[in-house]
Amino acid sequence: MNTLLAHLPALQVVVPMVAAPLCLLAGRAGLAWIIAFLAAAFATVAAALLAYQTLHHGPISYAMGGWAPPWGIEYAVDTANAFILLLVAAIACVVLVFCRTSIPKEIRAGREHLFYCMYTLCLTGLLGIAITGDAFNVFVFLEISSLSSYALIAMGGRRKSLTAAFQYLIMGTIGATFFLIGVGLLYMMTGTLNMADLSARIPELQDSRPVLAAFAFITVGLALKAALFPLHLWLPNAYAYAPSGVSAFMAATATKVSLYVLLRFTFTIFGSEFAFGNLPLLWVLLVPAVLAMFAGSFSAIFQTDIKRMLAYSSVAQIGYITLAIALANPAGVQAAMIHIFNHGLMKAALFCAMGCIFYRIGSTRIDQMAGLGRQMPWTFAAIVTGGLSLLGVPLTAGYISKWYLVQAALQTDLWWLVILIALSSMLALVYVWRLVEALYFQEPVPGREAVREAPLSMLLPTLLLAGANIYFGLDTRLPVAMTENAALLLFQGPGG
Amino acid sequence: MIEAVHFPPALILFAGAFLLPFLHGTPRHVVALAAPLLTLWAVWGVPDGVALSVPFLEYQLQVVEGDRLSRLFATIFSIMAFTGTLFSLRQGSRLELPAAFVYAGGAVGVTFAGDLISMFIFWELMAVASTAVIWANGGQTAYRASMRYILMHLFGGVVLMAGILGVVAQTGSIEFGAMRTDSLATWLILIGFLVNAGAPPFSAWLPDAYPEASWSGTVFLSAFTTKTAVYVLLRGFPGAEVLIPIGSYMIFYGIIYALLENDMRRILSYSIINQVGFMVVGIGIGTELTLNGAAAHAFTHIIYKALLLMSAGSVLLMSGGVRRCTDLGGLFKTMPYTATMGIIGALAISSFPFTSGFISKSMIAQGAADQHMFWVWMGLAAASAGVFLHAGIKYPWYVFFQKDSGLRLKEPPLSMKLSMGLFAFLCIGLGLNPEPLYAILPYPVDYVPYTTGHVVTMLQLLLFSGLAFFIMLPYMKRTLTITLDFDWLYRKLFKLAARDAADRTAAAHTAAFEDADKRLAQLINRIFRAHGPHGILARTWPTGSMVLWAAALLALSLVVYY
Repeated sequence: MNTLLAHLPALQVVVPMVAAPLCLLAGRAGLAWIIAFLAAAFATVAAALLAYQTLHHGPISYAMGGWAPPWGIEYAVDTANAFILLLVAAIACVVLVFCRTSIPKEIRAGREHLFYCMYTLCLTGLLGIAITGDAFNVFVFLEISSLSSYALIAMGGRRKSLTAAFQYLIMGTIGATFFLIGVGLLYMMTGTLNMADLSARIPELQDSRPVLAAFAFITVGLALKAALFPLHLWLPNAYAYAPSGVSAFMAATATKVSLYVLLRFTFTIFGSEFAFGNLPLLWVLLVPAVLAMFAGSFSAIFQTDIKRMLAYSSVAQIGYITLAIALANPAGVQAAMIHIFNHGLMKAALFCAMGCIFYRIGSTRIDQMAGLGRQMPWTFAAIVTGGLSLLGVPLTAGYISKWYLVQAALQTDLWWLVILIALSSMLALVYVWRLVEALYFQEPVPGREAVREAPLSMLLPTLLLAGANIYFGLDTRLPVAMTENAALLLFQGPGG
Repeated sequence: MIEAVHFPPALILFAGAFLLPFLHGTPRHVVALAAPLLTLWAVWGVPDGVALSVPFLEYQLQVVEGDRLSRLFATIFSIMAFTGTLFSLRQGSRLELPAAFVYAGGAVGVTFAGDLISMFIFWELMAVASTAVIWANGGQTAYRASMRYILMHLFGGVVLMAGILGVVAQTGSIEFGAMRTDSLATWLILIGFLVNAGAPPFSAWLPDAYPEASWSGTVFLSAFTTKTAVYVLLRGFPGAEVLIPIGSYMIFYGIIYALLENDMRRILSYSIINQVGFMVVGIGIGTELTLNGAAAHAFTHIIYKALLLMSAGSVLLMSGGVRRCTDLGGLFKTMPYTATMGIIGALAISSFPFTSGFISKSMIAQGAADQHMFWVWMGLAAASAGVFLHAGIKYPWYVFFQKDSGLRLKEPPLSMKLSMGLFAFLCIGLGLNPEPLYAILPYPVDYVPYTTGHVVTMLQLLLFSGLAFFIMLPYMKRTLTITLDFDWLYRKLFKLAARDAADRTAAAHTAAFEDADKRLAQLINRIFRAHGPHGILARTWPTGSMVLWAAALLALSLVVYY
């Protein structure tokens, strides 16, 4: 048992990685699902254990294959990435339950086992990015997660899914390449790829051009992967035309992991002194963040496809997270981490609810949904809960996010940001209300037969995610404790 | 002696709201009537000081914290919930009563909230639940009115939240106590409160939305939102001088619009703003006497305004939806009971001696006089005459007397008669013996309402304005407006105020709204062009231009960093 615990950081990634080819070999949907689910469930338990350890016993350093860092690859787990691991693994696990019923209806028959293979591979990539303490290793896992997500999106079955996947492929590759160039430049200057080493050596090289260039490449590359405005253009189609389960999983985790890497690089490796003191990162991040909050929300208001609407809303929400990062104080970092978590919960719940609706009526267009709220009351309840959380209504997780975000903004005396946050929340109200209005107050589309509630196997995960939005609005101990510690660790900066 | 209650009394109402949808017939009635009474019991079991504290983030939410002021408001809210329920037992909509319970529960919750966050949570709960009360009436008009209503309240909520966050950032404490209007944050909180009180320029939501609720829904609506606002102002901003002009404006705004109005329940809605104006002035003056007066006036106002609206609701129900004064009249013959109840309410709102309105409103006027605030006192006196005109005479006259409209309505069912009787009893009972109310006011009372001076002044005022009403009656019928160039002593002031308010509100509002409408349409169009499905910001971009963006951003950051 103790050996198992000692190798937990490795198993966290290795188990899903091994499960992926097994899914492929299984060849049958049922068996592949069981393998994928077991892997995701294991990852969740492992992440929970790691989170517990880091919170109570401090960071863990794990030398991959027994090669001591900085020569070997180090897996460095602290509260910051344990928190992300927990989010990714738990969402993956819950959404996987949802996929069992929804996927056969959304992808071509006979390909289910391929889907589960790609899904676990994507999970592997995301967990790997979060856990590793090695800059090059981040790139490797970034590619694993990206390549598998291109395939997952393309499985959406509509013709537009293919274009969406292709565009994402191009943009994702560029993002990853930028990131790789940046890491390469850093390696050239410092001779190391280990994050801890990097952060120790960069301060001496602060003014060298290659380090500056590396910083630019890395931030832009990660901003692309995180879909920060105006580099978000790949996101709406990717989320809208992917299978529902994939949208739910990716919206909750993929961009969030990139944002985590951005946090790690700006605060731990380069250090806030460098990024915000010497360089005007505040404005480089703040302006796009504010634009994202408004452009994303306005675009969301006018969408006719609700999955696309939610995707644009994600663009706006990523704006909030980036805004929090740009504040460059521990409170801001904590707010960013909390919103990464809470936004994952909201969007997973909402995309799953859209999946339930798609399952019944075969569309996510708003005009097709009229009056569905009365026929699918539980799905409707999940949508309302997710929507309230998106707005930041008290007693939901979204409120906690807004609370920390505004407190962080007030600490920097940027009080006008508070007004902007409030205004863009009002915009969120418009698009959420539009959905609720269509679902509940409009008369059903004439000629469409009344539908039943979605099957339990889809409804339960959806309600679980919606319930999590309420739960984490009331009991904030876990995210607050984790992120408080994480913000401190991240903020200690180089050599800390 | 009852045991100390350590849970929010509001929970009882919430539980009731949860149970009601599953019940029918007698059990439903029993639960519906028992829940407010149990709440009343719980309200009086809450001890002084913090009774329930819950950890939240790094703070302690004081969800239940009792004192005299909280108990006073929670008491009247519970009584109101009970009487309103009794009145609405015949209501067909099954959504309305549960929504009203959540609404009342929210109001009771606010009164016991010891910190800003729990106050805000209950506050928003009220906004949503009261919207549902309006929805429950069904139909497009109600739906649209409810949308305008909720938007206004959510706006108020956002402003309030921003203020709360600011205060927390400044002081590091979430305690809800008296604040000073010396920073942006406290101003935002004050504005958030005033939106709910119906203060200018946010007065229009109230007469816009309330009359669109059902015959029983309006009764609930009239009681909680504005009076909760009065409560939070009493707790948060006693003696904030800015409230005096705001309250005075509300007083006259309410009178003038009520005089011009034709819809019977809209008349009464305007008169809510007018009455809340008296309370807001009392809070603004901020002496113990006027604070007591404001609290007492909120207490009595809930009773007589509900009584008035119940009589109007009875007429509405029995007539099958006739709302306009011009279509009503002569109902006294067939509805003597309802008419009597309406008249008692009308006398109370006019603060006729020996009714509940007299013993509470006169405290505010006396307080203004004690502070030598001559103009405020004068305004209050003038307004009292105005109240008598619009609510005291106009409402009962046009609905129950006037010409014979040909309507032969029956009296409402027993449960509705009982609920009206109960409140009429309280109106007169408290008027004759104010001691039980005075005993539970926040500060000790050594005020005597029934001095010869008070009574004579008030009677004079009322008689003269009553006389004026009947002299001017022909004009009122034709044009439905009134000018008061006959009045004694203060006529100039009133006229000026009247003209000013009327000009500013009526014409300017219409013009401003039309203008705003047009601009809004243009703005939305412009946003749609940029953000709509085919707009530049939301269409699917060719891959090439996405790449271009990435390259441009990279180039930009490189330039910026160098």
